Amino acid sequence: MSGYVADPRIRWPEWLPWIVALAAFFLLPEYLALGARILIFILFALSLDLILGYGGIITLGHSAFFGLGAYTAGILSAKLGVNDPHLQLVAAAAAGAALGLATGAVILRTKALTLLMLTLAITAILLEVANKMSSVTGGADGLSGVQVNPLLGLFKFDLWGRTAFLYCLTVLFLGWLVVRRIIYSPYGAMLTGIRENTARMHAIGAPVYWRLVLVYTISGTIAGVAGALLTQVNQFVGLNVLGFEISGELLVMLILGGVGRIYGAFVGPAVYLVAQDYLAKQFPEYWYFGIGALLIVVVLFAPGGILGITDKCLSFFRPKSSARASAH
Amino acid sequence: MPFVLQTEKLCKSFGALTVADAIDFRLEAGARHALIGPNGAGKTTFVNMLMGAIAPSSGRILLGGEDVTRISQSARVKKGLGRTFQITSLFRSLPLLDNVALAVAERRGTAHSMWKPASSYEDIIQESTELLATLGLADDARVRVADLPYGKQRLVEIAIALGLKPKVLLLDEPAAGVPSEETEKILGTLEKLPSEIAILIIEHDMDVVFRFARRITVLVQGQVLLEGAPEEVARDRRVHEVYLGEQQHG
Repeated sequence: MSGYVADPRIRWPEWLPWIVALAAFFLLPEYLALGARILIFILFALSLDLILGYGGIITLGHSAFFGLGAYTAGILSAKLGVNDPHLQLVAAAAAGAALGLATGAVILRTKALTLLMLTLAITAILLEVANKMSSVTGGADGLSGVQVNPLLGLFKFDLWGRTAFLYCLTVLFLGWLVVRRIIYSPYGAMLTGIRENTARMHAIGAPVYWRLVLVYTISGTIAGVAGALLTQVNQFVGLNVLGFEISGELLVMLILGGVGRIYGAFVGPAVYLVAQDYLAKQFPEYWYFGIGALLIVVVLFAPGGILGITDKCLSFFRPKSSARASAH
Repeated sequence: MPFVLQTEKLCKSFGALTVADAIDFRLEAGARHALIGPNGAGKTTFVNMLMGAIAPSSGRILLGGEDVTRISQSARVKKGLGRTFQITSLFRSLPLLDNVALAVAERRGTAHSMWKPASSYEDIIQESTELLATLGLADDARVRVADLPYGKQRLVEIAIALGLKPKVLLLDEPAAGVPSEETEKILGTLEKLPSEIAILIIEHDMDVVFRFARRITVLVQGQVLLEGAPEEVARDRRVHEVYLGEQQHG
């Protein structure tokens, strides 16, 4: 999809998510809160896809950035009285970047299971810090009293979540543009090279470690922004933005959609959160069973995620020789 | 002219096991030099030390007269050292063109840029395409490497290294696992490599070694047993004993 032979122009199916989002805005006004949550998790999943799907960095601690971003925005407002949403976003982005650089520089010297454990440790530590520093973070009770000024000084966050939805959609759109650009760039091609064969990247002279630290920092920045969005939309921060559970949930969403492809990060969170919402209403006690069943079906029958199935269906209708023919 | 690549008393031990024992090795400019030896002689370990993938226990490595023993793999590549792998080591899910373009981009210093699409780097794509054409792989440029037959994958292995325009090229068994009728193609490719590249080839196939190499070093149990012209090596009794055995060359 990316790389030196890929056409970087935006194709029509790539507009579908935005059309669907705008249609949902007009047609499903009672679901805008869920919609905003989905948009936030898509941005969060995009940041994970960049390091996991493209860079091949496995992590169970991506919530560290999300949670740090969420608390940064929350503390700025509730404790320091900084209610400007743009300032909160920028601060959360900077916090995510700083954490990405600081932790990435240490843990990216390791790989595989060691790396996985270290990512998990970092988010677990942050969770414990947030839990204990209750004077700043609200601890287990959560941080309430978050206020957000009107966007651009004009658009107030309304009771129906219309502003919040469009705001999240705009930020996601910008995040998508950035991630998409990186993926189609030489850097993106180089990242897939690291994922495919790290030893070979060393042998062709790539400073693999620094390249990974950089992409980890970028990913942390984006995840930090996603976390800040959640705080602004909910006007509350709970401990559940940190720790293993939300990291694992995010990973499940990405696998569900399809790892290593931009739109896997769109489809996964949407399907997961809609299914969760539906199942929680229909079967309040057993809804996790439904999620589990969904995941088993996808992993068993479509290792490439939901988009993997779509691919197979499309290629079924396409003439078999097309892949070869395009070479000439 | 100093030697383009040189080692001084290069040693490597894993615990009690010594896999490189005071290896003194010299590679001349434009060399066609083969490193042979029985299985477990330490040939691949030697290449890994030259590249910087493994740190030696002691000794020095000089590249173009400069001590590179402590510098990273990527820094050595920047100084003109390239390698191929005995066990095919490619970017399997990427198109053939990308496999080579990644190396070309690293050499040209554009691999880290994030803003313009990779496909807009026409100079890199053109150079990669031309390189593939010289190896007879131009028609497969857009094919996923994993979908190529094994013989062609061995050529891609060489193509990636050539994308670095190395001054010194280490070929680790370029014909490994290739059926004998296809060995000829790989050998033909090797013979056409630019003469200014100094080449060290590790090879088990004696036909390849004696046709390609003008100088041969025999490594046994981590030690240099003998270095000389192919005729000398073929005549040497010790070499026959430890390595050539029943192959009856000469």
